[in-house]
Amino acid sequence: MTSTVQFDKLCHVIDLGCIEYSKALKIQENYVEQCLQNEENILLLCEHPPVLTRGRLTDGRNLLLSQKKLQDKGIAMHDISRGGDITLHAPGQLIIYPIFHLGQFGKDLKRYLYNLEQVTIEVLKDFGIVATRISKHRGVWVKSKKIASVGIGVRKWISFHGLAINVNTDLNLFSMIKPCGLNVDMTSVKEVLEKEIDMQLVKEKIINKFCHVFGLDIKIFLSEAKGVGCD
Amino acid sequence: MTEICLPELGEGIESATIAFLHHQRGDLVKKDEDIVEVVTDKAAFNIPTDAAGTIQEIFVKEGQEIKIGDVLATIHNSD
Repeated sequence: MTSTVQFDKLCHVIDLGCIEYSKALKIQENYVEQCLQNEENILLLCEHPPVLTRGRLTDGRNLLLSQKKLQDKGIAMHDISRGGDITLHAPGQLIIYPIFHLGQFGKDLKRYLYNLEQVTIEVLKDFGIVATRISKHRGVWVKSKKIASVGIGVRKWISFHGLAINVNTDLNLFSMIKPCGLNVDMTSVKEVLEKEIDMQLVKEKIINKFCHVFGLDIKIFLSEAKGVGCD
Repeated sequence: MTEICLPELGEGIESATIAFLHHQRGDLVKKDEDIVEVVTDKAAFNIPTDAAGTIQEIFVKEGQEIKIGDVLATIHNSD
C-alpha cells in the first residue's frame, strides 16, 4: 500500500522521555489543537509508568483484576477516545503518538493503521526480527505472539494516540488484562533477542522508518525532559 | 438545518460503530464541535458539526452499526 515516497511533509519529533499518561494525553490534546492551525505534523515519543487504557468499546471483562487490586498496585486506568480494547503501557515499551494531518496521507484510516504497522515491521527487521501482520487482528506479531499494538483517535482528520512497541517491557504486567480483548501472549524485542535493547537506538530507527513510510521531512528533533522517570 | 453524516473513512471501510455521543438532543453546539464518535477497525473517529446551533435530533445509539453516508443527527442552525 506504500507508494512512491516524497519527503515533503514537515514533521517535528519530540521525545517526552518517561512521562505519566495523563500528562502525555494533555500534551497530545494541545498538539492536536496546534496542528489544526498549521500544516506541520508532530511525532511524540515516550514511555509511561505502568498504566491501563481502555478504548470506548472495551469489554469490561478484559480487565482481569478487581479495581481494588489495581488501586493497591497504584496503577491508574484511563478511558480514552481511541479504537481498540484495553491495553497496558509500562516502562520499556516505546510509545509513539503521531499527531498527523491525515489529509496529507489520503484520509484513509485503514491505510494509516497499515503504515503504522509497516513502520514497526521495518524497525524490527533492522534488529533481525521477522515480524508480520496476521489476517484477523491488527498489530504486529512475531509468530503467534503480539509485539506491538495500534490504536488511534482522530479529530478533524488529525490523528492522536498511535503505536506501542514492547522493547524491554516487563511482560508479566500483561497478566492483569486480556490485551486488546484477545487471548494472546505478548512478546518483546528483549524476549525475542534474549537481551536488553538500547531504547535510544530504537527511537532513532523509528524516526528513520517514519520518514521512509510516511515521506516525512523531519525539521526539528526536540528532547523535552517533561517525564517523571520510570525508575 | 444541517445534517451530520458518517463521512468516507477510507478505502474498503463501509461501516462503523457508534462509540460515544458527545451531546444530547437540545444541546447548544458551536461550529466544529464534536458531536459523535464512531469506531472502525482500531480507529476512533470524531465527527464534528459544520454549523452552530441546537441539536434537533440524534438518530443513533451507542453500539449501533451505521453505514457511510447515514445521517447521525440534525442541527437547527443558529442565525
